[in-house]
Amino acid sequence: MIDAAPDGAYDAWLDSIEDDAPYYLECENGHGWLPPRRICPECRSRDLTEEPLPDSGEVTTHTTITVPTPQFEDDAPYVTAVVDFGPVSITGIVRGIDPEDVAIGTVVGLEVGERVTTGDRAVVFRPR
Amino acid sequence: MSNPRVAGAGVTKFGKHPERTGRDLFAEAGLEALDQSGVDPDDVDALFYGNFMGELAEHQGHQGPLMAEAIGLDVPATRFEAACASAGATVRAAVKDLRNGEADVIVVGGAERMTNIGTAAATDALAIAADDLYEVRAGMTFPGAYALMARSYFEAYGGSREDLAHIAVKNHEHALVNDHAQIQKEITVEDALEAPTIASPLGLYDSCPITDGAAAAVLTSEAYAEDHGLDAPVAVSGTGQGGDNLALQDRDHFAQTPAADKAAREAYADAGVSAADVDVAEVHDCFTIAEVLAIESLGLYERGEGITAATDGETSRHGDLPVNLSGGLKAKGHPVGATGVAQLATIAWVLDGSHPRADAVEDGRVGVCHNAGGTVASTTVHVLEVAE
Repeated sequence: MIDAAPDGAYDAWLDSIEDDAPYYLECENGHGWLPPRRICPECRSRDLTEEPLPDSGEVTTHTTITVPTPQFEDDAPYVTAVVDFGPVSITGIVRGIDPEDVAIGTVVGLEVGERVTTGDRAVVFRPR
Repeated sequence: MSNPRVAGAGVTKFGKHPERTGRDLFAEAGLEALDQSGVDPDDVDALFYGNFMGELAEHQGHQGPLMAEAIGLDVPATRFEAACASAGATVRAAVKDLRNGEADVIVVGGAERMTNIGTAAATDALAIAADDLYEVRAGMTFPGAYALMARSYFEAYGGSREDLAHIAVKNHEHALVNDHAQIQKEITVEDALEAPTIASPLGLYDSCPITDGAAAAVLTSEAYAEDHGLDAPVAVSGTGQGGDNLALQDRDHFAQTPAADKAAREAYADAGVSAADVDVAEVHDCFTIAEVLAIESLGLYERGEGITAATDGETSRHGDLPVNLSGGLKAKGHPVGATGVAQLATIAWVLDGSHPRADAVEDGRVGVCHNAGGTVASTTVHVLEVAE
């Protein structure tokens, strides 16, 4: 196995969530992205600035995964969802709610949690 | 524009062959394709080879020259990697080189060895076709990704798990006479609906199996086929490829596949045909919902209407537009790096009348292959036509 190196801008982004100051990258034309990005793939602007991420978002689609990868073996079953925060959408794991009760439109907030299986950091959503 | 010919094709039995190496699988398919083509191996100019997870499954990179050696060729050999669309990408590259005079004969194909590492490791390996930082680390698996797309589709257009089950039932029935297929077993809608869930709303029978296998084809320029009197009645008349954001979260919607829309538009324009001309299609049904997204992107159905095509019998071998006569990835199996050329082989055999399900398309002249990588972040579409 190859030891994992830190993932620079991505790890810094997770840090920002833990510090209660999460951000996203916005180009001059208002397109939002998550780091690392050097260019807006939509309009090719290279003028990207860090902007505060909205406090909550809505689940746009979700699934309860029962056959996981080995890195999530002890987490399963778990809910993976894509959540619309307005300028950006983020994929993460929904916790703090019965999987059966997760629905499109459920309002959630963003935090950093741990994978049960490996202890690695993971993007976690909890109902607001 | 001259249209390259399919001079020969070879496909291994798809299935569980954990003891067979990738090089052995590809050698079987490649040699079959060469033998069937009637082409002198000394005339082959290049090998374009598709493979996705060789480093993980076999600890083997640099597979191009290895595979050329395996089929007795001393030619430039390059591996193409576009996740599950790797082999489709080999066809596209070959068509371009054959048209522009760079080559007269190119062997295309691919192989994948997957079952030797077990379901968990194969699930892990497949997952890395998604965005590692933002999807894999959020627990995304490939069934999970398509489950997210299926739920979005149901929300946007309607449809049900039962409609998806009809796709699985159809493709299993199609595979019954395909001896290359991994699964030759009829199932019912009830079987599909009662199967264990993998990633809600998708169950075991919404998902293609994990598969070992290889496929190869010998493509020649039109002039080479004519000069050498080859029995090669089917031409590749159109090629297209489209791309999209890698991560689902960065797309405008999850219930459409714009990369496939682009590939289809390009391929149809290249061939000078329209969706209405298509007699038969092999599409990338790695999950049942993927077949729906594919037939809509190909323009064979309006957006939101593909979901009931199998339920209504329209895409079965008895219907007006048979889709996945091979059994599709769902029943035939999905050795990732080989799939695009296995699709090409199926359509060529259907159009030349040698496929066991060819009678479903009497006098068929136009077929289409749709090969999608990842959550359709890359897609190739090829149009095949009877040329003689």
